[in-house]
Amino acid sequence: MAKATSKSAKKKSKADAKKTKNAKNAKNAKNTKKTKKKAGAATKASGPKRNGKQIPFVDYLVLGKTPYLRANECKSCAARFFDRRNACASCSGTEFKRARVKNRGIVTSFSIVAMGPQPYVSAIVDCDGTSVRTTLIGVEPTPEKVTLGMPVKLATYPMGLDTEGTEAIAFGFAPA
Amino acid sequence: MASGDVWILGANMTKFGKRPNDDVIDLAAEAAMAALADGGVTMADIGILGVGNLMNAGAGIGQQLQKQVGQTGIPVYNVANACATGATALRVAIMAVKAGETDMGMAVGVEKLAGAGLLGQGGPRAASDTWQPNGRYGALGSTEGRIGTNIMPGVFAQVGMEYGHKYGGTSFELFAKISEKNHAHSTLNPLAAYQKRFSLDEIMNDVMIAYPNTRPMCSGNCDGAAAMVVVSDAKLKKLSRAQQKRAVKISASVLTSDPWQESCQVLPDVNTLTRNAAEQAYEQAGIGPADLDLVELHDCFATAELVHYDNLLLCEQGGAADFFESGAPWRDGSMPVNVSGGLQSKGHPIAATGIANIYEVATHLRGEAKDRQIKGAKVGLAHVIGLGSACGVHILEKAA
Ligand SMILES: [Zn+2]
Repeated sequence: MAKATSKSAKKKSKADAKKTKNAKNAKNAKNTKKTKKKAGAATKASGPKRNGKQIPFVDYLVLGKTPYLRANECKSCAARFFDRRNACASCSGTEFKRARVKNRGIVTSFSIVAMGPQPYVSAIVDCDGTSVRTTLIGVEPTPEKVTLGMPVKLATYPMGLDTEGTEAIAFGFAPA
Repeated sequence: MASGDVWILGANMTKFGKRPNDDVIDLAAEAAMAALADGGVTMADIGILGVGNLMNAGAGIGQQLQKQVGQTGIPVYNVANACATGATALRVAIMAVKAGETDMGMAVGVEKLAGAGLLGQGGPRAASDTWQPNGRYGALGSTEGRIGTNIMPGVFAQVGMEYGHKYGGTSFELFAKISEKNHAHSTLNPLAAYQKRFSLDEIMNDVMIAYPNTRPMCSGNCDGAAAMVVVSDAKLKKLSRAQQKRAVKISASVLTSDPWQESCQVLPDVNTLTRNAAEQAYEQAGIGPADLDLVELHDCFATAELVHYDNLLLCEQGGAADFFESGAPWRDGSMPVNVSGGLQSKGHPIAATGIANIYEVATHLRGEAKDRQIKGAKVGLAHVIGLGSACGVHILEKAA
């Protein structure tokens, strides 16, 4: 009996979490008043409480006092990969170590992607020899504000809490 | 006709565009039947069939095509290789003829894409209640927009911008001018999906897709098919004088993939493999870029065309912007590029593209390109690239 109750409670909190997510989406999409109202009510009713845990948006983002990006580096030729490899794509070596990517770099390419509801800047950043793909943050997405060769640095920002109160942290690069 | 050469005997491409009343097999059959007729042969003469289709890669389109045009029991190779799928199907037929397995083969590339929107636009992942790391990078959600972009318009925009960072000389206006050229060229090509001429202002003020590419600077997804019959020189010698006169020599046929480059894991490197393919092709053909009378290259976006001037060695390294500004790649310039209108106007039915570009070059070498004919064209190059990557380069020569 107790089990059933807790299950249904969980179900309820799941449903609430979905509503919270809808609220976010609605805000982003500048949706109709009706949706906004409904979502607002749901958020008031029950918001997840912070549990003190954080989780990175991707596993190669290492959180902590000074967050950084971590690559798998080939022990023989120093080629770097953000995912796992069986053998190095550059030299066929099979031994890798973890390497810390420099937090500062320069924009070597970018595009202002305008297909979604909000334009955003996709960029390639050369972090002292390691190329990183990123979204530029803290800068207006216009060709006047974003320039090739501009210095940038790694920055993180919260994406929100899940039902257990864990906060997701994403990264971007911002003007340095 | 040196021993070992392979020749194009028949070639065809359908009108590209919206073909609501034709299914994939109808389109493939239309191109295949026309290519056979163009070569003066039938399915009974064909010893191998290479068929490229990306959207139904598991559907055995080759076998379905046989049922439509002739089931002779020959081997069929269904291939998929991103945007280089058509060129890969053709390579299969060429390799079989070269290997002596047969003396005549056919390749068909076909796609139905009208209304599919821009290439590679993935949907978001399903939401869950707690953050769940997913996939190779343990991502908590779609990386699109969160970690830059991985979809075609943005990727190819970055390819062009990267060139600008490396060598300078690029601008939004320069990229738009490349598109202006191709749309102008398209007005002479009745097979193009779009034959509308755009002014530079119109192009620059159109809807922005991914800066610096506006809508007319992107290739349009559409329906279409292209087919080609290839023949060994030994067999060609036994055919009629009329067939021999229209045959086009395949002086080089090359397919490459990405060699390792530092940045290729975050931005596909379309440069190195194209350069490698071009160098191998010039070597195979025994000619240089200066010998080319026309080039059809893979302008899936205006930004891509610029870098391939350089990658195909049509200009000095780093000199693509100057090369364009000199007027060279216009149809009346010293190195006409994309006189078909390119993918920006002709359209881009993915698996058909890698054969259609070769069809275009072959048609000029035969002197049959009508209004858009490049006068006296004797040698041409066709280039195609599929992200990931696969690059096909073919060099064709007019029959002596
Ligand atoms: Zn290595």
